[in-house]
Amino acid sequence: MKLAEQYVAFSSLLLKEIRRFMRIWVQTVLPAAITMTLYFIIFGNLIGSQLNDIHGFKYIDYIVPGIILMAVINNSYANVVSSFFSAKFQRHIEELLISPMPNYLIIIGYVAGGVARGTVVGMAVTLVSLFFVDLSVQYLWVSVTAIFLTSILFSLAGLINAVYAKSFDDISIIPTFVLTPLTYLGGVFYSVNMLPEFWQNVSLINPILYMVNALRYGMLGVSDIDITTAMLIICGFIAALFTFSLYLLNRGIGIRS
Amino acid sequence: MQALKIRNLVKTYKGGVEALRGVDLDVPAGDFFALLGPNGAGKSTTIGIATSLVNKTGGTVEVFGHDIDKELEAAKSCIGLVPQEFNFNQFEPVIEIVMNQAGYYGLDRSTAYQRAEKYLKQLSLWEKRAVMARELSGGMKRRLMIARALVHEPKLLILDEPTAGVDIEIRRSMWEFLRKINQQGTTIILTTHYLEEAENLCRHIAIINNGKTIESTEMKSLLRQLKVETFLFYLQEAVTQVPEIAGYVLRQLDETTLEVDVTSEQKLSSLFSALGEQGIEVKSMKNKSNRLEELFVSMVEGGQQ
Ligand SMILES: Nc1ncnc2c1ncn2[C@@H]1O[C@H](COP(=O)(O)OP(=O)(O)OP(=O)(O)O)[C@@H](O)[C@H]1O
Ligand SMILES: [Mg+2]
Repeated sequence: MKLAEQYVAFSSLLLKEIRRFMRIWVQTVLPAAITMTLYFIIFGNLIGSQLNDIHGFKYIDYIVPGIILMAVINNSYANVVSSFFSAKFQRHIEELLISPMPNYLIIIGYVAGGVARGTVVGMAVTLVSLFFVDLSVQYLWVSVTAIFLTSILFSLAGLINAVYAKSFDDISIIPTFVLTPLTYLGGVFYSVNMLPEFWQNVSLINPILYMVNALRYGMLGVSDIDITTAMLIICGFIAALFTFSLYLLNRGIGIRS
Repeated sequence: MQALKIRNLVKTYKGGVEALRGVDLDVPAGDFFALLGPNGAGKSTTIGIATSLVNKTGGTVEVFGHDIDKELEAAKSCIGLVPQEFNFNQFEPVIEIVMNQAGYYGLDRSTAYQRAEKYLKQLSLWEKRAVMARELSGGMKRRLMIARALVHEPKLLILDEPTAGVDIEIRRSMWEFLRKINQQGTTIILTTHYLEEAENLCRHIAIINNGKTIESTEMKSLLRQLKVETFLFYLQEAVTQVPEIAGYVLRQLDETTLEVDVTSEQKLSSLFSALGEQGIEVKSMKNKSNRLEELFVSMVEGGQQ
């Protein structure tokens, strides 16, 4: 395909993905806003008011970036995993497979859809947070980049999950048993400095730690991790997952018999 | 130029089913081509490989000269596919399904809209354009898949049992439509279990059985191979016994119906005059079974021995 045609094909796929989650916004956008509101009320207001400051921030202010990021992660992942899996399940993935769209473009299209949902939900949660805290963003571009890269990474992860999934159960296993624990242990609700040294080191293998801290640096100006290191590590993960997804699609694993 | 050239295509599915064991096909550009075979013969598998929905185990496929191993994108651009099973998003409106497919082939939105309008109108689906695909009837869903397959105006249209479960009237209008598309230059490959359909529409025919091509020829010359045809004669008046006519085998079904076998060397006109000499008038007649059907059955059975 020529570049102009590739652009058309990409935007067709992206628009289709955006229309999909907007059509069912009650299931896709609203739940995140509600859950995160509960986090703000319970952890932020009720419990947080009893806690000491962290790095000089009130507890509720400290956890805002993590909560926004948690919404971005869950929604990017959920969007791609459910959209790609149902495309496989209803077999309309074949519309893409018979077309001359190269595999990398199919991946980019789905990932862009996940980024779109992650960003929309991220903004919704940010709006909600304004009811609870005075948000003043320290480094806007660092924040935007952190959200953008995080949603790319988890969209790719969702795609890989969907490629392997054989039933609807398979698309909820990873979020429940991997994603949620990693998010909670990634320092959304605490600073890793509060952990014993051993657990601090263990935390370093958790990719979500780097993302939470990158966004926390962007919004609050404080981070447990050096920001450059954090960004490089996220990019490394993206490169690895992208290469792996491309390999899966080229081989036709899970989608071609 | 060959629209589709397949050589020694082999496919073993995971789990060990040998679906294809050496399929060869030659479909000339501009042709209307029938691909026949009993259930499980390997027709859909062959089509799946040509459209890169199925990975092949061995052999080669060329679409308008583009080898699918070397020039996959070019090969894909030439093909429009109407698959055997519904494979669109049930929760999308009709027009979006067609326009998105156009987009995947690189057609911009306004061209996509024009094409969608053109083909949805031709297939009498334009009124349904805003309806969710799930709410269409079975026949409408088939036509939706035809519109979707044509939206990028492919040189080769492959239809895997497009008329399965479609009523007679719509089937006939689909035939008309496909004939027109073919006359305008689109090569068409069609699989069907209605042999009448193949006989009506197609110039060339291939028969696949047990994953192998067992016949590939012109429809006319295939029908010429038919050695014996069986006719039913409906008589003007009742006869009490089977008339005897030298060289012909006649059987009486009831008082006014005779069944007769006619070989390719014999002429019906001499049979009529011989009957007339005995005072028997034939009011009407019909060919007892579809001619292609008989050939098909004898070939497929022959192949299994
Ligand atoms: N995905 C698959 N996995 C394993 N075996 C398969 C698969 N698809 C088809 N087969 C097997 O391959 C053989 C050929 O099937 P195919 O669908 O190509 O036949 P067909 O000629 O299209 O039949 P029909 O007229 O019933 O549509 C059958 O034995 C079938 O069971
Ligand atoms: Mg089939």
